[in-house]
Amino acid sequence: MSSEHAPRRRVVITGCGVISPIGLSSAAFWDSLLAGRSGIARIEDFDVSDLPTQIAAQVKGFDPEQYMPRKVWRRIDPFAQYALAAAVEAVDMAKIEIDEELAPRVGVQIGSGYGPSTIQSQVTLGLQEKGARSIGPFTSAASAIDNAAGEIAIRFGAKGPSGAISTACASGTSAIGEAMRWIQYGACDVVLAGGADQSVTRSDIASACSARALSRRNDDPEHACRPFDNERDGFIMASGAGVLVLEEAERAMRRGAPILAELVGYGASTDAYHPTAPHPEGAGAQQAMRGALTDARIDASEVDYINAHGTSTKLNDRIETLAIRQVLGAHALRVPISSTKSMTGHMIGAAGAVEAIVALHTIRDGVVPPTVNCFDPEDTEVNYVPHTAQEHKVDVAMSNSFGFAGHNAVAILRAWKP
Amino acid sequence: MNDEEIREGLAAILQEVAGTDPAEVEMDKSFVNDLDVDSLLMVEVVVAAEERFEVSISEDDLKEGSTVGDLVRSIQGVLAAAV
Repeated sequence: MSSEHAPRRRVVITGCGVISPIGLSSAAFWDSLLAGRSGIARIEDFDVSDLPTQIAAQVKGFDPEQYMPRKVWRRIDPFAQYALAAAVEAVDMAKIEIDEELAPRVGVQIGSGYGPSTIQSQVTLGLQEKGARSIGPFTSAASAIDNAAGEIAIRFGAKGPSGAISTACASGTSAIGEAMRWIQYGACDVVLAGGADQSVTRSDIASACSARALSRRNDDPEHACRPFDNERDGFIMASGAGVLVLEEAERAMRRGAPILAELVGYGASTDAYHPTAPHPEGAGAQQAMRGALTDARIDASEVDYINAHGTSTKLNDRIETLAIRQVLGAHALRVPISSTKSMTGHMIGAAGAVEAIVALHTIRDGVVPPTVNCFDPEDTEVNYVPHTAQEHKVDVAMSNSFGFAGHNAVAILRAWKP
Repeated sequence: MNDEEIREGLAAILQEVAGTDPAEVEMDKSFVNDLDVDSLLMVEVVVAAEERFEVSISEDDLKEGSTVGDLVRSIQGVLAAAV
Protein backbone atom coordinates (compact mmCIF):
# COMPACT_ATOMS: atom_id res chain seq x y z
CA MET A 1 0.00 0.00 0.00
CA SER A 2 1.47 3.40 -0.91
CA SER A 3 1.65 5.99 1.83
CA GLU A 4 -0.66 8.13 -0.27
CA HIS A 5 -3.48 5.68 0.35
CA ALA A 6 -2.70 4.66 3.90
CA PRO A 7 -5.81 4.88 6.07
CA ARG A 8 -5.96 8.18 7.89
CA ARG A 9 -8.31 9.57 10.45
CA ARG A 10 -10.79 12.04 8.99
CA VAL A 11 -10.86 15.65 10.19
CA VAL A 12 -13.97 17.81 10.47
CA ILE A 13 -14.58 21.43 11.40
CA THR A 14 -16.96 21.87 14.32
CA GLY A 15 -16.55 25.55 15.13
CA CYS A 16 -15.19 28.79 13.75
CA GLY A 17 -14.52 32.31 14.93
CA VAL A 18 -13.60 35.53 13.13
CA ILE A 19 -12.36 38.96 14.12
CA SER A 20 -12.15 41.05 10.95
CA PRO A 21 -12.41 44.57 9.56
CA ILE A 22 -15.92 43.71 8.31
CA GLY A 23 -17.33 41.86 11.29
CA LEU A 24 -16.43 40.78 14.82
CA SER A 25 -17.99 37.31 14.55
CA SER A 26 -18.16 34.66 11.84
CA ALA A 27 -21.84 35.49 11.20
CA ALA A 28 -21.28 39.26 10.93
CA PHE A 29 -18.23 38.64 8.72
CA TRP A 30 -20.20 36.37 6.37
CA ASP A 31 -23.10 38.84 6.14
CA SER A 32 -20.69 41.62 5.18
CA LEU A 33 -19.06 39.47 2.50
CA LEU A 34 -22.38 38.58 0.90
CA ALA A 35 -23.38 42.24 0.98
CA GLY A 36 -20.10 43.24 -0.70
CA ARG A 37 -19.14 45.55 2.16
CA SER A 38 -15.61 46.97 2.20
CA GLY A 39 -13.61 47.40 5.41
CA ILE A 40 -11.00 49.65 3.86
CA ALA A 41 -10.62 53.25 5.04
CA ARG A 42 -8.09 55.94 5.81
CA ILE A 43 -5.84 55.15 8.79
CA GLU A 44 -6.78 57.55 11.59
CA ASP A 45 -5.01 56.20 14.65
CA PHE A 46 -1.38 56.94 13.80
CA ASP A 47 0.55 59.41 11.72
CA VAL A 48 0.55 58.42 8.05
CA SER A 49 1.66 61.75 6.59
CA ASP A 50 5.01 60.37 5.40
CA LEU A 51 3.67 57.01 4.21
CA PRO A 52 2.95 56.46 0.49
CA THR A 53 -0.04 54.29 1.51
CA GLN A 54 -2.42 55.85 4.03
CA ILE A 55 -5.31 53.38 3.91
CA ALA A 56 -5.89 49.96 5.44
CA ALA A 57 -8.58 47.55 6.63
CA GLN A 58 -8.51 47.74 10.41
CA VAL A 59 -10.51 45.93 13.05
CA LYS A 60 -12.88 48.52 14.54
CA GLY A 61 -14.96 48.52 17.70
CA PHE A 62 -13.15 45.52 19.21
CA ASP A 63 -13.37 45.42 23.01
CA PRO A 64 -10.99 42.78 24.41
CA GLU A 65 -12.74 42.93 27.77
CA GLN A 66 -15.66 41.05 26.18
CA TYR A 67 -13.47 38.02 25.62
CA MET A 68 -10.77 37.96 28.30
CA PRO A 69 -9.84 39.45 31.67
CA ARG A 70 -8.05 42.79 31.76
CA LYS A 71 -4.96 41.10 33.16
CA VAL A 72 -4.73 38.99 30.00
CA TRP A 73 -5.44 41.60 27.32
CA ARG A 74 -3.06 44.12 28.86
CA ARG A 75 -0.12 41.76 28.61
CA ILE A 76 -0.58 40.67 24.97
CA ASP A 77 -0.37 42.19 21.51
CA PRO A 78 -3.55 42.99 19.57
CA PHE A 79 -2.79 40.09 17.20
CA ALA A 80 -3.03 37.69 20.15
CA GLN A 81 -6.15 39.42 21.50
CA TYR A 82 -7.82 38.88 18.13
CA ALA A 83 -6.74 35.24 18.04
CA LEU A 84 -8.01 34.58 21.54
CA ALA A 85 -11.33 36.28 20.79
CA ALA A 86 -11.77 34.22 17.61
CA ALA A 87 -10.93 31.05 19.57
CA VAL A 88 -13.58 31.92 22.16
CA GLU A 89 -16.22 32.11 19.42
CA ALA A 90 -15.01 28.90 17.76
CA VAL A 91 -14.94 26.85 20.97
CA ASP A 92 -18.33 28.18 21.95
CA MET A 93 -19.79 27.20 18.55
CA ALA A 94 -18.27 23.70 18.72
CA LYS A 95 -19.83 23.23 22.17
CA ILE A 96 -16.70 21.36 23.13
CA GLU A 97 -15.79 20.82 26.74
CA ILE A 98 -12.08 20.36 27.33
CA ASP A 99 -11.95 18.24 30.46
CA GLU A 100 -8.97 16.59 32.13
CA GLU A 101 -9.19 13.51 29.93
CA LEU A 102 -9.41 15.41 26.63
CA ALA A 103 -6.86 18.13 27.52
CA PRO A 104 -3.66 16.26 26.49
CA ARG A 105 -5.30 15.49 23.13
CA VAL A 106 -6.09 19.14 22.30
CA GLY A 107 -3.54 21.10 20.27
CA VAL A 108 -3.29 24.78 19.37
CA GLN A 109 -1.71 26.01 16.14
CA ILE A 110 -2.02 29.73 15.38
CA GLY A 111 -0.04 30.97 12.39
CA SER A 112 1.10 34.53 11.97
CA GLY A 113 3.11 36.40 9.38
CA TYR A 114 4.37 39.36 11.39
CA GLY A 115 3.24 38.45 14.92
CA PRO A 116 3.25 41.01 17.74
CA SER A 117 4.22 44.06 15.65
CA THR A 118 2.74 46.58 18.08
CA ILE A 119 4.66 45.29 21.09
CA GLN A 120 7.87 45.03 19.10
CA SER A 121 7.56 48.70 18.10
CA GLN A 122 6.79 49.67 21.69
CA VAL A 123 9.88 47.85 22.95
CA THR A 124 12.13 49.63 20.47
CA LEU A 125 10.68 53.04 21.26
CA GLY A 126 10.54 52.35 25.02
CA LEU A 127 14.20 51.35 25.17
CA GLN A 128 15.22 54.51 23.31
CA GLU A 129 13.08 56.89 25.31
CA LYS A 130 12.91 55.41 28.80
CA GLY A 131 15.47 52.63 29.02
CA ALA A 132 15.36 49.00 30.09
CA ARG A 133 13.21 49.54 33.17
CA SER A 134 10.25 50.48 30.93
CA ILE A 135 10.07 47.01 29.37
CA GLY A 136 7.25 45.09 31.03
CA PRO A 137 7.62 41.67 32.62
CA PHE A 138 5.39 39.94 30.06
CA THR A 139 7.13 41.46 27.03
CA SER A 140 9.49 38.53 26.64
CA ALA A 141 6.55 36.14 26.18
CA ALA A 142 4.21 38.55 24.41
CA SER A 143 6.72 39.79 21.83
CA ALA A 144 7.08 36.34 20.29
CA ILE A 145 5.04 34.91 17.44
CA ASP A 146 3.88 31.84 19.41
CA ASN A 147 2.22 33.98 22.07
CA ALA A 148 -1.30 33.75 20.62
CA ALA A 149 -1.13 29.95 20.69
CA GLY A 150 0.20 29.99 24.24
CA GLU A 151 -2.53 32.29 25.53
CA ILE A 152 -5.24 30.21 23.84
CA ALA A 153 -3.81 27.04 25.40
CA ILE A 154 -3.85 28.69 28.84
CA ARG A 155 -7.40 29.91 28.39
CA PHE A 156 -8.85 26.52 27.40
CA GLY A 157 -6.43 24.22 29.21
CA ALA A 158 -5.28 22.67 25.92
CA LYS A 159 -2.29 20.47 26.75
CA GLY A 160 -1.45 18.81 23.43
CA PRO A 161 1.17 20.18 21.01
CA SER A 162 1.02 23.93 20.33
CA GLY A 163 2.86 26.63 18.46
CA ALA A 164 2.90 29.06 15.58
CA ILE A 165 3.79 28.32 12.01
CA SER A 166 4.99 31.35 10.07
CA THR A 167 4.80 31.27 6.29
CA ALA A 168 4.06 34.96 5.65
CA CYS A 169 0.72 35.46 3.90
CA ALA A 170 0.13 31.69 3.83
CA SER A 171 0.47 31.23 7.62
CA GLY A 172 -3.24 30.74 8.34
CA THR A 173 -3.60 28.02 5.72
CA SER A 174 -0.34 26.38 6.77
CA ALA A 175 -1.54 26.31 10.39
CA ILE A 176 -4.81 24.62 9.44
CA GLY A 177 -3.06 22.13 7.17
CA GLU A 178 -0.38 21.17 9.68
CA ALA A 179 -3.02 20.91 12.42
CA MET A 180 -5.01 18.57 10.19
CA ARG A 181 -1.94 16.29 10.06
CA TRP A 182 -1.77 16.26 13.88
CA ILE A 183 -5.25 14.79 13.93
CA GLN A 184 -4.83 12.51 10.91
CA TYR A 185 -1.72 10.90 12.35
CA GLY A 186 -2.99 10.67 15.89
CA ALA A 187 -1.05 13.33 17.81
CA CYS A 188 -4.30 15.14 18.65
CA ASP A 189 -8.06 14.58 18.62
CA VAL A 190 -8.90 18.29 18.55
CA VAL A 191 -6.89 21.31 17.39
CA LEU A 192 -7.74 24.98 17.68
CA ALA A 193 -6.12 26.14 14.46
CA GLY A 194 -6.00 29.41 12.59
CA GLY A 195 -4.09 32.61 12.09
CA ALA A 196 -3.83 36.16 13.31
CA ASP A 197 -2.04 39.41 12.48
CA GLN A 198 -2.25 43.07 13.34
CA SER A 199 0.17 44.60 10.91
CA VAL A 200 -1.50 47.93 10.34
CA THR A 201 1.40 49.67 12.05
CA ARG A 202 3.76 52.40 10.88
CA SER A 203 6.62 49.94 10.55
CA ASP A 204 4.69 47.27 8.63
CA ILE A 205 3.03 49.77 6.31
CA ALA A 206 6.35 51.51 5.66
CA SER A 207 8.12 48.25 4.85
CA ALA A 208 5.33 46.94 2.63
CA CYS A 209 5.28 50.28 0.81
CA SER A 210 9.00 50.02 0.29
CA ALA A 211 8.48 46.55 -1.20
CA ARG A 212 6.06 48.30 -3.61
CA ALA A 213 3.36 45.85 -2.57
CA LEU A 214 0.61 48.20 -1.35
CA SER A 215 -2.07 50.11 -3.22
CA ARG A 216 -1.59 53.89 -3.20
CA ARG A 217 -5.17 54.70 -4.08
CA ASN A 218 -5.43 56.83 -0.93
CA ASP A 219 -8.21 59.06 -2.25
CA ASP A 220 -10.55 56.15 -2.98
CA PRO A 221 -10.16 53.49 -0.24
CA GLU A 222 -13.32 51.59 -1.13
CA HIS A 223 -12.06 50.90 -4.63
CA ALA A 224 -8.39 50.47 -3.71
CA CYS A 225 -8.45 46.71 -3.40
CA ARG A 226 -9.49 45.33 -6.80
CA PRO A 227 -8.29 41.76 -7.22
CA PHE A 228 -8.20 40.52 -10.82
CA ASP A 229 -9.13 43.99 -12.13
CA ASN A 230 -6.70 45.44 -14.66
CA GLU A 231 -6.46 48.74 -12.75
CA ARG A 232 -5.23 47.08 -9.53
CA ASP A 233 -2.12 48.62 -7.97
CA GLY A 234 -1.31 46.60 -4.86
CA PHE A 235 -2.74 44.99 -1.75
CA ILE A 236 -4.30 46.58 1.32
CA MET A 237 -2.87 45.78 4.74
CA ALA A 238 -5.50 44.43 7.11
CA SER A 239 -5.76 42.97 10.58
CA GLY A 240 -7.78 40.21 12.19
CA ALA A 241 -7.92 36.57 13.18
CA GLY A 242 -9.67 33.37 12.24
CA VAL A 243 -9.76 30.19 14.33
CA LEU A 244 -11.31 26.81 13.55
CA VAL A 245 -12.02 23.88 15.80
CA LEU A 246 -10.67 20.85 13.95
CA GLU A 247 -11.82 17.56 15.31
CA GLU A 248 -11.37 13.88 14.57
CA ALA A 249 -14.55 12.91 12.71
CA GLU A 250 -15.68 9.90 14.73
CA ARG A 251 -15.22 11.75 17.97
CA ALA A 252 -17.25 14.69 16.64
CA MET A 253 -20.03 12.33 15.52
CA ARG A 254 -20.07 10.46 18.84
CA ARG A 255 -20.64 13.63 20.82
CA GLY A 256 -23.21 14.93 18.34
CA ALA A 257 -21.17 17.99 17.45
CA PRO A 258 -22.32 20.40 14.74
CA ILE A 259 -20.16 19.37 11.75
CA LEU A 260 -19.68 22.35 9.44
CA ALA A 261 -17.49 20.67 6.79
CA GLU A 262 -14.70 18.17 6.35
CA LEU A 263 -11.10 19.28 5.87
CA VAL A 264 -9.89 16.89 3.20
CA GLY A 265 -6.74 18.20 1.60
CA TYR A 266 -3.64 20.28 2.19
CA GLY A 267 -0.79 21.07 -0.15
CA ALA A 268 2.27 23.17 0.56
CA SER A 269 5.22 24.23 -1.57
CA THR A 270 7.89 26.87 -1.96
CA ASP A 271 8.79 28.87 -5.07
CA ALA A 272 12.50 29.09 -4.13
CA TYR A 273 12.61 32.00 -6.54
CA HIS A 274 12.47 35.53 -4.98
CA PRO A 275 11.83 37.15 -1.56
CA THR A 276 8.63 38.87 -2.68
CA ALA A 277 7.80 38.10 -6.33
CA PRO A 278 5.95 34.91 -7.22
CA HIS A 279 7.46 32.45 -9.66
CA PRO A 280 6.59 33.73 -13.18
CA GLU A 281 4.64 30.60 -14.13
CA GLY A 282 3.24 30.05 -10.65
CA ALA A 283 5.08 26.75 -10.43
CA GLY A 284 4.89 26.69 -6.64
CA ALA A 285 1.22 27.69 -6.64
CA GLN A 286 0.41 24.91 -9.09
CA GLN A 287 2.38 22.39 -7.06
CA ALA A 288 0.50 23.35 -3.87
CA MET A 289 -2.93 23.14 -5.57
CA ARG A 290 -2.08 19.77 -7.13
CA GLY A 291 -0.69 18.56 -3.82
CA ALA A 292 -3.88 19.49 -2.02
CA LEU A 293 -6.04 17.75 -4.65
CA THR A 294 -3.93 14.59 -4.46
CA ASP A 295 -4.03 14.71 -0.66
CA ALA A 296 -7.83 15.04 -0.79
CA ARG A 297 -8.12 12.33 -3.47
CA ILE A 298 -10.23 14.74 -5.46
CA ASP A 299 -10.03 15.39 -9.19
CA ALA A 300 -9.58 19.00 -10.30
CA SER A 301 -12.91 18.78 -12.14
CA GLU A 302 -14.73 18.28 -8.82
CA VAL A 303 -13.77 21.69 -7.40
CA ASP A 304 -16.91 23.86 -7.07
CA TYR A 305 -15.44 27.08 -5.68
CA ILE A 306 -12.01 28.64 -5.29
CA ASN A 307 -11.34 31.29 -2.70
CA ALA A 308 -8.37 32.83 -4.46
CA HIS A 309 -5.37 34.36 -2.77
CA GLY A 310 -6.26 37.35 -5.00
CA THR A 311 -4.30 40.09 -3.27
CA SER A 312 -4.81 42.85 -5.88
CA THR A 313 -1.13 43.00 -6.77
CA LYS A 314 -0.24 43.02 -10.46
CA LEU A 315 1.82 39.85 -10.23
CA ASN A 316 -0.18 37.67 -7.86
CA ASP A 317 -3.49 37.97 -9.63
CA ARG A 318 -2.10 37.39 -13.09
CA ILE A 319 0.02 34.41 -12.06
CA GLU A 320 -2.66 32.91 -9.81
CA THR A 321 -5.13 32.95 -12.70
CA LEU A 322 -2.58 31.23 -14.96
CA ALA A 323 -1.82 28.65 -12.27
CA ILE A 324 -5.51 27.87 -11.71
CA ARG A 325 -5.96 27.44 -15.47
CA GLN A 326 -3.00 25.08 -15.59
CA VAL A 327 -4.28 22.94 -12.72
CA LEU A 328 -8.02 22.93 -13.54
CA GLY A 329 -7.82 23.05 -17.34
CA ALA A 330 -11.18 23.76 -18.99
CA HIS A 331 -12.90 23.43 -15.61
CA ALA A 332 -11.22 26.73 -14.57
CA LEU A 333 -13.77 28.52 -16.76
CA ARG A 334 -16.74 26.84 -15.06
CA VAL A 335 -15.77 27.24 -11.42
CA PRO A 336 -16.50 30.50 -9.56
CA ILE A 337 -13.26 32.09 -8.31
CA SER A 338 -13.47 35.03 -5.93
CA SER A 339 -11.17 37.07 -3.74
CA THR A 340 -12.72 38.15 -0.45
CA LYS A 341 -9.62 40.29 0.12
CA SER A 342 -11.41 42.79 -2.12
CA MET A 343 -13.48 43.54 1.02
CA THR A 344 -11.31 42.46 3.95
CA GLY A 345 -7.96 43.62 2.66
CA HIS A 346 -5.04 41.28 3.25
CA MET A 347 -5.11 40.01 6.82
CA ILE A 348 -1.66 38.37 6.31
CA GLY A 349 -1.45 35.41 8.71
CA ALA A 350 -5.18 35.55 9.40
CA ALA A 351 -6.07 35.54 5.69
CA GLY A 352 -5.89 31.80 5.07
CA ALA A 353 -7.79 31.04 8.24
CA VAL A 354 -10.71 33.39 7.58
CA GLU A 355 -10.75 32.31 3.94
CA ALA A 356 -11.10 28.65 4.98
CA ILE A 357 -14.04 29.89 7.05
CA VAL A 358 -15.41 31.56 3.90
CA ALA A 359 -15.05 28.23 2.11
CA LEU A 360 -17.06 26.36 4.73
CA HIS A 361 -19.81 28.99 4.57
CA THR A 362 -20.07 28.57 0.79
CA ILE A 363 -20.56 24.83 1.35
CA ARG A 364 -23.18 25.45 4.03
CA ASP A 365 -25.17 28.16 2.24
CA GLY A 366 -24.67 27.45 -1.48
CA VAL A 367 -23.65 31.06 -2.06
CA VAL A 368 -20.21 32.35 -3.03
CA PRO A 369 -19.13 35.86 -2.04
CA PRO A 370 -18.13 38.36 -4.72
CA THR A 371 -14.88 39.97 -5.79
CA VAL A 372 -15.81 43.61 -5.47
CA ASN A 373 -14.17 46.23 -7.73
CA CYS A 374 -13.47 43.71 -10.47
CA PHE A 375 -14.71 45.96 -13.28
CA ASP A 376 -12.21 45.11 -16.01
CA PRO A 377 -11.16 41.49 -15.46
CA GLU A 378 -7.64 40.18 -15.92
CA ASP A 379 -9.04 37.13 -17.71
CA THR A 380 -12.36 37.69 -19.42
CA GLU A 381 -13.20 33.98 -19.60
CA VAL A 382 -12.97 33.38 -15.84
CA ASN A 383 -15.92 33.87 -13.47
CA TYR A 384 -14.37 36.07 -10.78
CA VAL A 385 -17.85 36.56 -9.25
CA PRO A 386 -17.71 40.33 -9.88
CA HIS A 387 -19.61 42.78 -7.66
CA THR A 388 -22.34 40.52 -6.25
CA ALA A 389 -22.61 37.12 -4.60
CA GLN A 390 -23.72 34.16 -6.73
CA GLU A 391 -25.65 31.02 -5.87
CA HIS A 392 -23.67 27.86 -6.53
CA LYS A 393 -23.98 24.42 -5.01
CA VAL A 394 -20.59 23.87 -3.40
CA ASP A 395 -19.45 20.41 -2.33
CA VAL A 396 -15.75 21.03 -2.71
CA ALA A 397 -14.08 24.37 -1.98
CA MET A 398 -10.41 25.21 -2.44
CA SER A 399 -8.69 28.02 -0.56
CA ASN A 400 -5.39 29.39 -1.91
CA SER A 401 -2.72 31.24 0.05
CA PHE A 402 0.57 32.35 -1.47
CA GLY A 403 3.08 34.25 0.61
CA PHE A 404 6.22 36.31 0.42
CA ALA A 405 9.34 34.15 0.43
CA GLY A 406 7.46 31.91 -1.98
CA HIS A 407 5.49 30.03 0.67
CA ASN A 408 2.38 28.43 -0.85
CA ALA A 409 -0.39 26.61 0.99
CA VAL A 410 -3.72 25.32 -0.26
CA ALA A 411 -6.56 23.79 1.75
CA ILE A 412 -9.56 21.85 0.43
CA LEU A 413 -12.84 21.54 2.29
CA ARG A 414 -15.72 19.26 1.39
CA ALA A 415 -19.34 18.96 2.45
CA TRP A 416 -19.51 16.44 5.29
CA LYS A 417 -20.70 12.97 4.35
CA PRO A 418 -20.25 10.37 7.10
CA MET B 1 1.94 61.64 52.09
CA ASN B 2 0.16 59.37 54.58
CA ASP B 3 -0.26 55.61 54.38
CA GLU B 4 -3.84 55.87 53.20
CA GLU B 5 -2.86 58.07 50.25
CA ILE B 6 -0.21 55.56 49.22
CA ARG B 7 -2.68 52.66 49.59
CA GLU B 8 -5.15 54.51 47.38
CA GLY B 9 -2.42 55.07 44.80
CA LEU B 10 -1.56 51.37 44.81
CA ALA B 11 -5.24 50.46 44.48
CA ALA B 12 -5.46 52.66 41.37
CA ILE B 13 -2.37 50.95 39.91
CA LEU B 14 -3.79 47.49 40.60
CA GLN B 15 -7.07 48.45 38.99
CA GLU B 16 -5.17 49.61 35.91
CA VAL B 17 -2.84 46.64 35.50
CA ALA B 18 -4.96 43.79 36.84
CA GLY B 19 -8.55 45.00 36.94
CA THR B 20 -8.56 44.59 40.72
CA ASP B 21 -11.48 46.11 42.64
CA PRO B 22 -9.95 49.02 44.64
CA ALA B 23 -12.06 48.07 47.67
CA GLU B 24 -10.18 44.75 47.81
CA VAL B 25 -6.82 46.44 48.20
CA GLU B 26 -6.54 46.47 52.00
CA MET B 27 -3.35 46.79 54.02
CA ASP B 28 -3.28 43.17 55.21
CA LYS B 29 -3.96 41.61 51.77
CA SER B 30 -1.17 39.57 50.21
CA PHE B 31 -0.53 40.36 46.55
CA VAL B 32 -0.04 36.73 45.57
CA ASN B 33 -2.45 34.96 47.88
CA ASP B 34 -5.34 37.42 48.13
CA LEU B 35 -5.16 39.67 45.09
CA ASP B 36 -3.98 37.16 42.44
CA VAL B 37 -1.00 39.33 41.50
CA ASP B 38 1.87 36.99 40.63
CA SER B 39 5.56 37.88 40.74
CA LEU B 40 5.64 39.04 37.10
CA LEU B 41 2.60 41.24 37.45
CA MET B 42 4.23 42.55 40.64
CA VAL B 43 7.15 43.85 38.56
CA GLU B 44 4.67 45.96 36.64
CA VAL B 45 3.04 47.20 39.85
CA VAL B 46 6.40 48.20 41.31
CA VAL B 47 7.49 50.07 38.17
CA ALA B 48 4.16 51.92 38.09
CA ALA B 49 4.47 52.72 41.81
CA GLU B 50 7.97 54.09 41.27
CA GLU B 51 6.67 56.45 38.60
CA ARG B 52 3.62 57.49 40.60
CA PHE B 53 5.42 58.16 43.89
CA GLU B 54 8.76 59.18 42.36
CA VAL B 55 10.70 56.67 44.39
CA SER B 56 13.02 53.76 43.69
CA ILE B 57 11.84 50.50 45.21
CA SER B 58 14.09 47.51 45.61
CA GLU B 59 12.39 44.36 44.45
CA ASP B 60 14.29 42.52 47.18
CA ASP B 61 12.07 44.27 49.72
CA LEU B 62 9.10 42.37 48.36
CA LYS B 63 9.15 38.76 49.39
CA GLU B 64 6.76 35.93 48.67
CA GLY B 65 3.53 36.75 50.43
CA SER B 66 4.20 40.48 50.73
CA THR B 67 1.15 42.50 51.65
CA VAL B 68 -0.15 45.84 50.45
CA GLY B 69 0.96 47.20 53.83
CA ASP B 70 4.54 45.96 53.23
CA LEU B 71 4.72 47.88 49.97
CA VAL B 72 3.16 50.98 51.55
CA ARG B 73 5.79 50.88 54.33
CA SER B 74 8.57 50.33 51.80
CA ILE B 75 7.46 53.38 49.81
CA GLN B 76 7.00 55.39 53.02
CA GLY B 77 10.54 54.44 54.08
CA VAL B 78 12.08 55.68 50.84
CA LEU B 79 10.05 58.90 50.99
CA ALA B 80 11.14 59.51 54.61
CA ALA B 81 14.81 58.90 53.77
CA ALA B 82 14.58 61.46 50.97
CA VAL B 83 13.29 64.23 53.26
